[in-house]
Amino acid sequence: MTAAAGITPPVVRPRRSSGNGSGGGGAGTSAGRWTYGMLTLTALVFVLPFYYMIVAASRPMSEMAQSPPPITPGPLLWSNIGKALAQQDLPLALTNSFIVAGVITISTVLLCTLAGFAFAKLRFRGRSQLFALAVGTMMIPPSLGVVPLYSLMVGLGLAGTLASVILPSLVAAFGVFFMRQYLVQALPDELLDAAKVDGATTLRTYWSIVLPVARPGMAVLGMLTFMTAWNDFFWPVITLDSANPTVQVALGNLGTGYVPDTGVIMAGTLVGTLPVVVVFLLLGRQIVGGIIAGAVKA
Amino acid sequence: MTLSLHRSTRVADPEPGVPGRPPWRSRLYALEGRTAPYVYVAPFFLVFAAFGLFPLIYTGWISLHRYRLGSSMSWVAFDNYAWLFSNPQFWNSLWKTITIGILSTVPQLMIALGLAHMLNYKLRGRMFFRVSMIMPYATSVAAATLVFGQLFGRDAGAVNWLLGMVGIDAVDWRNGDWTAQIALSVIITWRWTGYNALIYLAGMQSISQDLYEAAALDGANKWQQFRHVTLPGLRPTILFTIVVSTIGASQVFGEPLIFGGGQPTGGALGQYQTLGLFMYQQGWTFGQLGRAATVAWVTFALILVLVLLNTWLARRRERAA
Repeated sequence: MTAAAGITPPVVRPRRSSGNGSGGGGAGTSAGRWTYGMLTLTALVFVLPFYYMIVAASRPMSEMAQSPPPITPGPLLWSNIGKALAQQDLPLALTNSFIVAGVITISTVLLCTLAGFAFAKLRFRGRSQLFALAVGTMMIPPSLGVVPLYSLMVGLGLAGTLASVILPSLVAAFGVFFMRQYLVQALPDELLDAAKVDGATTLRTYWSIVLPVARPGMAVLGMLTFMTAWNDFFWPVITLDSANPTVQVALGNLGTGYVPDTGVIMAGTLVGTLPVVVVFLLLGRQIVGGIIAGAVKA
Repeated sequence: MTLSLHRSTRVADPEPGVPGRPPWRSRLYALEGRTAPYVYVAPFFLVFAAFGLFPLIYTGWISLHRYRLGSSMSWVAFDNYAWLFSNPQFWNSLWKTITIGILSTVPQLMIALGLAHMLNYKLRGRMFFRVSMIMPYATSVAAATLVFGQLFGRDAGAVNWLLGMVGIDAVDWRNGDWTAQIALSVIITWRWTGYNALIYLAGMQSISQDLYEAAALDGANKWQQFRHVTLPGLRPTILFTIVVSTIGASQVFGEPLIFGGGQPTGGALGQYQTLGLFMYQQGWTFGQLGRAATVAWVTFALILVLVLLNTWLARRRERAA
C-alpha cells in the first residue's frame, strides 16, 4: 500500500505455553519485592480512575471539591444515574451502541474468519501478496478519509443513521490477520484433507470444520471488536448528531454543559463504560491471551 | 452428502475425485475450489476499497476544491494549500500535535518496556497484573477524558490536591500551555501503556531462552542481558509499536475535544488544538470541507514522512549493528 506496508506486524509465536511458564528476560527467576511493589503501584494507577468514577458518581458535586476529597462511595449513585439518563437520553444511546457494536461484531467475526481461513489454508494465486496488502491497510488511519466518507453517507442518505457507523466497520484488516494467525496453528491440515476426500466444498468445510475449530479465536476477536466498536468516537461524532447518538457521542455531550455537575457526568460515564469493563473483568484472561497471540494494535 | 471425518471412511474413499458423481458436478466442485478463496477474501477488500481507499484518495481531490457543506465543489487548484500554509492556526496545531505526540509516546513506550520486563518474571498473581494492564485499554476516549478532566480540575481536582500535599500550588491545567499538553499526554499514556506492555511481553516470550543462558555463561549480568539479548530481540516489535504510536499520535482528537468541553478550539489560545481538532473545526464547525480535506491530506503526508523516517533510522541502525 504505502511505504508503511514494508513494516508488517511482528508475528509472535509464544515459545512456551502462557500457562505457568517461567520468565524470559528474568530468565526464569522469581520477581523480587521491588518488582511486586512497582507492578502493584502501576495496577493501582490503572484501576484507581475507575474507583474515582464510582466515588464521584455517588456524591454531590460540592463534596468532591472538598480537601481532602472523599474516598468512599456516597449515597447518590442512583439519583445521579437517573439525572444522567434523563439528560442525554442515555437509554437510546445504549440501545444504539448495542446495535452498532453487535452488528459490527457478528459481521466482522464471520467475514474475518472466512478470509482468515482462505489466507491460512486455501491455495490460490496471489495469496501472499493479497495478505500483505490486507495487513498493510492496517497502517492507514481511517480518520483521514472522513470528508469524502461523510459526503458519501450524505449522498446515500445515511448520514446520521446507525448504518453510516456500521458500514465502514463490517470487516477489519486486524481481524483477517488475527484469524489467519489463529487458524494456521489451530486447524490441522489432516482435517481439511479428510473433508476434501469426502468431497466437501470449501464453504461446507468452513461451516462444519473451520467454524468449530476457530471458535476460541473468534470469541477473542469478537470481544476486541465489540470493545473497539463500543468505544469508537471520531467517526460517530462526525456522522451522528445528539438526537440519535451512540454512548460515546452522548458522553462527549455530557461534558459540555455550562455548569457541569461532576456527579451526573461520572454517573453517565459509569453507565457507558460498565458493559465493556464487566466483560473485560470476566474474560480478562482470554483477552490478554488474545492480545498476546495477535500482538498487534487494532 | 454428509461429511464424515472417520478415518475408516477416509481410507475407504479411493481418490479425491469423489466417485459416482456426474462429471458436471465434479467440474462444478473444482470450480468452487478455484474461485472460493477469492470470494472469501473479497468482502474485506470491497469494504476497504469503498470506505477506506476511495475516501483517502478522494480526499486529495477534494483538497483542490472549494467545497462547503451542502453545496457542490468548485476547482481552486492549490488555493487551500496556500491558505493552510499561511495560517498560523495550522502551524500551531501541527506543533501541538508533535509536542503532545512526543510527550505521550516516548514515556508510554519506555514505561511499557519496563512493565513488560517485570511481567516477564515468575509472578504470583500474574493474571491479576496482566488484566489490570488492559483495563485502561477497555476504557473509551470519552470516559477516560471525562474522568481525568475532573482529576485535572483547577479547584477540585485530585491531582492538585495531591500536589498540594507536597507543597506545590494549584496548577491551572487547562489554561496553561504546557500543563494542558501534559494533562492530555497523561490521559493518552494511561490508556495505551498497559496494552503496549502486553505487546512487548509477547515479543519477550518469543526470545529463545538459550540466548539468555549463553549470555549468562559469558558472564553477562541482568542489565547486560536486557541490553544485549532482550532489546535486540524486541527490535521488530519496538519498531512496530513506534510506527503505530506515531500514526496514533497524529490522529489525537477525542481527548482534546472533550478536555475542552466539546469545543474544537483546543483551549482559549489553541494551546492543545491538534491537527485532528483543527480539521474537525474547519469541516464541521465552519463547514469548509475542502479545507478540512486539505488538512487531512497534509496529515497523511506527514505520517508518510514520519513512518519512512522511522523505518530508515531502524534500517540504518540495523546495518550499523
